[in-house]
Amino acid sequence: MITRNSLIGRFGRHYPAVAGLALLAAVTAMALLAPVLFPQGPWRMVGRPQLWPGADPRFPLGTDILGRDLLACLFYGARVSLLIGISATLAATLIGTVIGAAAGFFGGRVDRWLMGFTEIFQTTPPFVLAVVVVAAFTPSLTSIIIAISLVSWPPLARLVRAQFLQLMPREFVLAGIVMGMSNTRLIVTQLLPNAITPIIVSSSLMIASAILLEAGLAFLGLGDPNAMSWGYMIGVGREVLRTDWYITTIPGLAVLLAVLAINLVGEGLNDALNPRSRNR
Amino acid sequence: MNRNAYDLIRFVLRRLLQSLPVLLGIATINFLFVNLAPGDAADVLAGEAGAASPEFMAALRERYGLDEPLHVQFLVYMGKLLTFDLGYSFRFSRPVTELLLGNLGPTLLLMTTAILFACSMGVFLGVLAARCVNRWPDYLISVGALIAYATPVFWLGLMMIVLFSVKLGWLPSSGMQSIGAGYTGWRKVLDVAQHLIMPATVLGMYLTAFQVRLMRASMLEIGEQDFVTTARSKGLSEQAIAYRHVLRNAILPMVTMVGLQVSAILGGSVLIETVFAWPGLGRLAYNAVFQRDLNLLLGLLFLCSIMVVVTNILTEVVYRLIDPRIPLK
Repeated sequence: MITRNSLIGRFGRHYPAVAGLALLAAVTAMALLAPVLFPQGPWRMVGRPQLWPGADPRFPLGTDILGRDLLACLFYGARVSLLIGISATLAATLIGTVIGAAAGFFGGRVDRWLMGFTEIFQTTPPFVLAVVVVAAFTPSLTSIIIAISLVSWPPLARLVRAQFLQLMPREFVLAGIVMGMSNTRLIVTQLLPNAITPIIVSSSLMIASAILLEAGLAFLGLGDPNAMSWGYMIGVGREVLRTDWYITTIPGLAVLLAVLAINLVGEGLNDALNPRSRNR
Repeated sequence: MNRNAYDLIRFVLRRLLQSLPVLLGIATINFLFVNLAPGDAADVLAGEAGAASPEFMAALRERYGLDEPLHVQFLVYMGKLLTFDLGYSFRFSRPVTELLLGNLGPTLLLMTTAILFACSMGVFLGVLAARCVNRWPDYLISVGALIAYATPVFWLGLMMIVLFSVKLGWLPSSGMQSIGAGYTGWRKVLDVAQHLIMPATVLGMYLTAFQVRLMRASMLEIGEQDFVTTARSKGLSEQAIAYRHVLRNAILPMVTMVGLQVSAILGGSVLIETVFAWPGLGRLAYNAVFQRDLNLLLGLLFLCSIMVVVTNILTEVVYRLIDPRIPLK
C-alpha cells in the first residue's frame, strides 16, 4: 500500500528523483526499442553525410560523417551504456561486498591484507588503470566491463567493511555467534541484510560513474568496435567539430541526461531509505 | 632546526616508507596486467616493420629480454624500478623515465591550475549559495553542481572549443603555446595562460562541484556557532565573517577533498589532454596505448600512483601547517 510514509511514498515526494526515474525510463525504453524501430542497425549508411538536424524529415537528428542516422545510433548507444553500466556495477558490487564483508567480519590479519590490496587499487587512478586494462586485452564488451568493475569496487569494499565493523559488536550478531551459526550463515542472514541500504544506494550511483567511464574509454577509441556507443559517437563527431558540432553535441547530451537521471534516482533512494539523513 | 620542522620531515619520510608496500603491489599488478595481455613488444615492432621472419622476431625478443620466463622478467623489472630505471620505450626510442619527466611539467601545471581554480570557485560559489540559502542563486548553484557531476568532461571540453575557439575566437583550442610565435618573458607567460584557461577549467569541474557543496555545508554549519554570532554582534560585515572566520574553519575538509579527488583528476587529464592536445602525461598515455608501448604504459601507471601517494602525504602536511593542533599520525 502506498501511504505517506511508505518507501514509495517517500520516494514519490522527492520530485527530482521522480523526474530522474522518468528520464531513466525513457533511456531504458530507447535501449529496448532500438532493434524494433531501427531493424537495420546503427551502422548502415542511410542518407547524405553531415545532414543537420531537421534538414531531412527522415532523420530528425541528422546524419554523421558517414551518413549514419544519428537517432538510430543514439538508441543503440543507450543499449551499450546501460548494458555496460549495469553489468560492471553488478560485478563491482559483488567484488566489493565479498572483500569488504570478509575484511570486516574476520578482522585482524585478513582485514589488514584485504585493505592493503584495496589500497593498491585506490592509489592507481581509476581511469588510467581502466585504459591500460582495456588496451591490454583488446577492446570488447567483456574487457570493458572487466576493466570498469575492476576500478570501481574499492570504495564499496570500504563501505561494506565499515558497516560490518559497526554491526559486529551488536547483540543480534553476538546472539548468532552464541547459537553456533556458521560464518557464512552469519554474514548472509544477519550482517548483509542490515548493511544492504548503503550498498544499494552506492551501487545505483556507481552505474552513473560506470557510464561516464565507458563513454571516456569509447571516446579514446577503446570501445567495442561492434557496439555503437555514445562515447564512440562523440569521438567520430570530433573530426568535424569546427563545422558540424551537432554530431558531437547530441550524444554528449544523451550521456549527460542518462547520468543525471541515475544520480537523481540514487539520491532519491538514499533519502527514501534513510529518512533521517534528509535534513543534511 | 626547530622541532616542528624536524617532526614534519620525520613524518614525511615515515609515510614514504609506509607507502612502499603499496607501490610494490601496484608495480606487481601493473606488470601482471601488461604481461597477461596477448602479444608483446616484439609483435608490435615486427608489425611496424612489415612482414617479419621468425628469426627476426626471436632476435628481437632476445635483445629486449622478452624470451626470459615471466618471473625472471618480473625480477629484472623490479630491480630496475629500484633505481628509477623504467626501461626503454621501443616506439619513442628513448628511455621511459626521460619521456615521463619531459611530459611531467605541463601536466603538473595543468593539474595545479585546475585544483586552485576549483578551490577558489568552490569557495566563492559556496559562500554565495549559503548566503542566499533556499533562494534562486542557491538553487541555480545546486542545479549547476548536479549537472557538473553528470557531464562527461571531455565532451564539455569539445563544446567549449566550439563556443570559445570556433564561434567567438577568444581562446586557442589546442596546445600549450602558439607554435612559431617565439614569445619570451611575460608575453610567453600570457600566451601559456591563454592556452591553459579552457583545459584547467574543464579538468577542475568535478572538484569545483564537490567544493561548492562542501563550502555551502560548512557555511551553514559553522554559521550557527557562537564565534560567528560574536563576530556578527561586533558589527562585522557578512563578507568579512564568511571569508575571515568561516573559511578558515572550512578549509580542512576542502584539503581532504583535494586529496580524495587527485586520482580522478589524473585520470581526467588523459581525456582533457587528448581533447586540447596538451603536451603532458595524459597525451603520452594516449599515444602509448595506441602504439602498445608496454614499458611506457607501466612507467606511466607507476608515476601516476607515485603522484597520488605524494599528494596524500602533502595533504596531511598542509593539515598540520593550517592547524598545528593536529597531531602527525
